Amino acid sequence: MKALAARRQDRRAPIVLLLLALLLTGGLYAVLAPTSADAAPVKASTDDIATGEKLFQANCATCHGPSGSGTESAPSLIGVGAAAVDFQVGTGRMPMQMNGPQAQVKPVQFSQDQINQLAAFVASLGAGPAIPTPEQVDPALGDPATGMSIFRTNCAMCHNAIGAGGALSQGKFAPNLWATTPTHLYEAMLTGPQSMPVFNDANITPEEKRDIIAFIDQQGGASPGGLDLGALGPVSEGLWAWVVGMGLLIGAAVWIGAKSS
Amino acid sequence: MSNHDTGHEASNELVTHAPGTLPDKFEDPGHPEHHDRLGDLDPKANKKAERQVVVLFAISVLATIGFLVAYFAVPPGESVESMRLSNLLLGIGLALSLLGIGFAAVHWAKALMNDHEKSEERHLQRSDDDTRAAAVEVLKEGAADSAIGRRGVLQGAMISALALFPLAIIVPLIGNVGGDWNFSKFRHTMWKKGTRLTTDPTGRPIKAADVTIGSVFHIIPEGLEEEPHPLDEKAKAVVLLVRLDPSELKESEEKKSWSYNGIVAYSKICTHVGCPVALYEQQTHHLLCPCHQSTFDVSDGAKVVFGPAKRPLPQLPITVDDEGYLIAQSDFNEPVGPSYWERLVK
Repeated sequence: MKALAARRQDRRAPIVLLLLALLLTGGLYAVLAPTSADAAPVKASTDDIATGEKLFQANCATCHGPSGSGTESAPSLIGVGAAAVDFQVGTGRMPMQMNGPQAQVKPVQFSQDQINQLAAFVASLGAGPAIPTPEQVDPALGDPATGMSIFRTNCAMCHNAIGAGGALSQGKFAPNLWATTPTHLYEAMLTGPQSMPVFNDANITPEEKRDIIAFIDQQGGASPGGLDLGALGPVSEGLWAWVVGMGLLIGAAVWIGAKSS
Repeated sequence: MSNHDTGHEASNELVTHAPGTLPDKFEDPGHPEHHDRLGDLDPKANKKAERQVVVLFAISVLATIGFLVAYFAVPPGESVESMRLSNLLLGIGLALSLLGIGFAAVHWAKALMNDHEKSEERHLQRSDDDTRAAAVEVLKEGAADSAIGRRGVLQGAMISALALFPLAIIVPLIGNVGGDWNFSKFRHTMWKKGTRLTTDPTGRPIKAADVTIGSVFHIIPEGLEEEPHPLDEKAKAVVLLVRLDPSELKESEEKKSWSYNGIVAYSKICTHVGCPVALYEQQTHHLLCPCHQSTFDVSDGAKVVFGPAKRPLPQLPITVDDEGYLIAQSDFNEPVGPSYWERLVK
């Protein structure tokens, strides 16, 4: 301590103090400042909106119209909100690759920054649901048991009891949910993409949505019974039993009955 | 070579008959000619077949040892992965040890045991007359000995006992099945005037303003959990609530007042065999049944557009109360569920 006290009068002391103060401020900022995902949807700058508009004009306006109000081939985007953009573009469904019964998942075409800029522009067209915060979609904070009972009533008839997906009419289908990120799951419930209905916060509250995400997070691991055959139930299992199982039995019967050469 | 020669020379030659000269009865062509197996002619092949049988038995022995090793070395454990591995190894071990024995036995019989065909002539099914007469005689003797023709009381007692016994089966059967003759309960659900629509399973009442276009709400009546048999009531009363753009909604005159600002409520019980119809496609407004793919058009009175269902889903007339919550105007105006019940109670 004596050595430190002796150096208090040193010429360099103010510089050291200044450096320490800067370090403290920086450290505090790093701890307390909102994370980028938290802030992005809320605090979209005018720059983001302008860049987003350029991206929109280059990539989306052909179908959705220069002002995003829709054309004969694509719906209006006014009021769909940032959540819809983050889901559709963030899962690669948009920009759409080809016409078909429904837009398919494909490699994502934009960086997350660009998606946020696009989302900021579309959100500026009209009020709509925002991208959820990481806390809203954290499976660790949800209750999988409650999530299961809500999933069973609202989701399981299309997406299968364990979220393995299932067929709809005329080539449409409800996709498997195991690899979908929690944020995209939340946004899908909120915005109702394509054939899926909307589940707004009055229908399934944000906490219940997180419970559902916690339930889905538990699904899709190893199947205890061996091959799960797509987890599609009696169709694939029946096909297997009738074609492979009975085929082997018939083969064995023919072999037993045939004369040895 | 053949030990089954019964007078007909086996012949592979094709015999042709001129038109109109077909014989009354075709001759029995007899057995096909006997061919020796490779093993019968060549001792080497015989030895080879023997080795194959030994190999099959050896596979069984190894598989049984493998099963026992797996049983002790790979316990099911606690995780799904370890359970699957344990099941897989035990299953493969069991399958190979049994299949090895089975295939070895069949191969042994086919390739090593002799292959001489033997014929066994069929005998008549009918017994000869003496045996038949003797059997009838035994029965007659028994009847005479019991004196059933003379002892009227005994006869009556026996017939009564035999006739009454089936009641012990029939009465409980009818009692259990038909103990409840109240069929009207199939015609009505617990919906009545003023019952609030609440979310399934959380039971929150719903404001009409919360039902945005494109939304689907799965609905149970308020107070369901307080009913004596909530699941029985739920099985009849579940409803699907959808809001459409009123311009897309086709409604008949009499049902115009049953919806509220484009919000329509339909029974979720399929009119085919009663599965919960709940796969709703937001863009086509089609509602699919998961069991047999009956498809209902929600924008057009839930009429059947595909599948085995015969009539549209019953619509629940709804409106809002003073606080803006959705309520039922009345019960369904027709029985819910499969068409069978509608016919039965009419």
